Amino acid sequence: MKCDIILSGVGGQGILSIAAVIGEAALAEGLEIKQTEVHGMSQRGGDVQSNLRISTDKVDSDLISLGCADVIISLEPMEALRYIPYLGESGWVVTSDAPFVNITNYPEEEILKQELAKLPNVFSFDVEGIAREAGVLRSVNIVLLGAASTAVGLTAEALEIGIRRVFSHKGDEIVDMNIKAFRAGADAVKGGLKK
Amino acid sequence: MEKLLLLGDEAIALGAIRAGISGVYAYPGTPSTEITAYIQNSKEATSVYSNWCTNEKTAMEAALGMSYVGKRALVCMKHVGMNVCADAFINSAVSGINGGLVVLAADDPSMHSSQNEQDSRFYGKFAMVPMLEPSSQQEAYDMMNYAFELSEQLRTPVLFRITTRMAHSRAAITLGESRPQNEMKPTDDPRRWVLLPAIARRRYNEVLGQQAEVIKISEESKFNLYRDGSDHTLGVIASGIAWNYFNEAFPDGSPYPAVKVSQYPLPKSLIAKLMKECDRVLVMEDGQPFIEEQLRGLLDDKNIDGRLNGKLPRAGELTPDNTRVALGMEINQHFAESTAVVQRPPSMCAGCGHRDVYESLNKIIAEYDNAKVFSDIGCYTLGALPPFNAIDTCIDMGASITMAKGASDAGQHPAVSVIGDSTFTHSGMTGLLDAVNSKSKITVILSDNLTTAMTGGQDSAGTYKFEAICQGLGVEPEHIRVVVPIAKNKEEIENILREEINYDGVSVVIPRRECIQTLKRSLKKKK
Repeated sequence: MKCDIILSGVGGQGILSIAAVIGEAALAEGLEIKQTEVHGMSQRGGDVQSNLRISTDKVDSDLISLGCADVIISLEPMEALRYIPYLGESGWVVTSDAPFVNITNYPEEEILKQELAKLPNVFSFDVEGIAREAGVLRSVNIVLLGAASTAVGLTAEALEIGIRRVFSHKGDEIVDMNIKAFRAGADAVKGGLKK
Repeated sequence: MEKLLLLGDEAIALGAIRAGISGVYAYPGTPSTEITAYIQNSKEATSVYSNWCTNEKTAMEAALGMSYVGKRALVCMKHVGMNVCADAFINSAVSGINGGLVVLAADDPSMHSSQNEQDSRFYGKFAMVPMLEPSSQQEAYDMMNYAFELSEQLRTPVLFRITTRMAHSRAAITLGESRPQNEMKPTDDPRRWVLLPAIARRRYNEVLGQQAEVIKISEESKFNLYRDGSDHTLGVIASGIAWNYFNEAFPDGSPYPAVKVSQYPLPKSLIAKLMKECDRVLVMEDGQPFIEEQLRGLLDDKNIDGRLNGKLPRAGELTPDNTRVALGMEINQHFAESTAVVQRPPSMCAGCGHRDVYESLNKIIAEYDNAKVFSDIGCYTLGALPPFNAIDTCIDMGASITMAKGASDAGQHPAVSVIGDSTFTHSGMTGLLDAVNSKSKITVILSDNLTTAMTGGQDSAGTYKFEAICQGLGVEPEHIRVVVPIAKNKEEIENILREEINYDGVSVVIPRRECIQTLKRSLKKKK
């Protein structure tokens, strides 16, 4: 098993928490992991991304090669598009459809939709809507992970272990909220990812 | 066996804790900050001194003091911090050390969060100290204790060099045993610590005399290796994380013989063998062409490929893609870059006090024909971007005050300096004294958010001391003006700025309001 995952979004959206959950889940499964993060200046409202590589075999490079990502998981549609040069031929894009507009030259939403539609495997959805419905608005990022969970090469059980490990120091209430968020996301794609 | 998922920085921190350090000395700087932060928060390190330092020079010197009395100390900084501590660093290689001393420099090729991509290995060569450059997070962890042992064995500081991708990438780390801290012990040869010319000359000769041994240790190090291959048309030298990109290109094993370099001085015998065995040699290194230049030499050996002949890009970090290209392999990109995607540069946070400062400053300097705003390193450097476009310069830590002074000496007015609280204590105070002594007509805006915000909210050395510091340096008390930068006080700030710009001397305006990020965090904690 090998899965190359690109996580993307805007600073402060919660990309690193998704990365941490997948990382801990992979660690619990005894897999090899490498996961890059962006720290420093970009975190102030700039674009942020994380390359996450998990495998049963040794992982050499910390960075994912062009054309090799199995999935792009994004909290923002333009940020999903930013990394498509890295997407594998049959790779998936799982993204929030809600633009985060903090720049004046942000492209029109319709153009982003058209660009995404050109790709073979895209699931773009209202992550925030699902989070609101489930009463877990503070865990939008984990709803997204739930929706993408079948594409990251780990079982739902393993990912829930990851959630418990990452959030346990914040107390049971936060853990439960994130488990609920994860399941709400997974329910949104019941039967597998479809375009 | 115990396994943890750790950033390279965290693996280094834990490696240092378990190697028995008694202190870590550092000024925050991306990508090195998480090392010290991890030690500060580690339950294993409660007896390790770990307060943030005012700058990299004070950090280096304090660590040397700890080493002097026999204990192990770690110094951490980003690459440009090496410039700040260079005086102490270079001379500590002449005096030598007592307790193990490891200097960690985190380089930032591609300048993700930096003003240049200088390569710290040049400093190590310059000072003639051994260097380590891990290729993986596990190796980084394992190397820490080795680094301290090497330091104590050779009685020299050891430079530990990493780059951004090593610092900020996580991997599962298998942990080793803890070693107790050193007891205090008197130094051997006490005179070597007094670098009077006669003693320094003796010590310098001893350092020179030791180099053959240092190279031999490097050649025999388990962190350097020669790996043979079937195809001798090409040999590869890969240092640090470049080794991973090289291996990534050949999942079933490389046909080319290769030398992995993770310890310096360069392992001469391994490289000589590779050069002899192979028709051409490709050098892969993250950062500047440090190895490549040495191999090419002045007469430019034509059988060497790398950054200097265009096989690899001259600037920027290595990637699995540019290393593939250098190896003559294809890249299998399936989807072209989307033309809809635009840049999303970072910006100051909503509610940040620096925003209020720039709004008022822009309004006031528009009243003058030719105002210049000299700024500095911190979140407020983002004032260079729209909508503010408020600053004219940002060069290095502290340069805002001294450049304003120099411009003012030449007749520039208004000459305004914008500097943050942490940068001011790091390198701004001495420049302010220069300005006071020259009665320069400059206006310093010391934008105080009570923290080192840019790197994530570390303690700032001068918090609640700035009025006293400025007064102590000789700024007249009536020209030290404190305001709270909020919308309500806009008029007050603007009046103060105008008055002080018109004042014929040094003024310091201190807009003071807590960083919105640290405020949010402390409110969350209270809940």
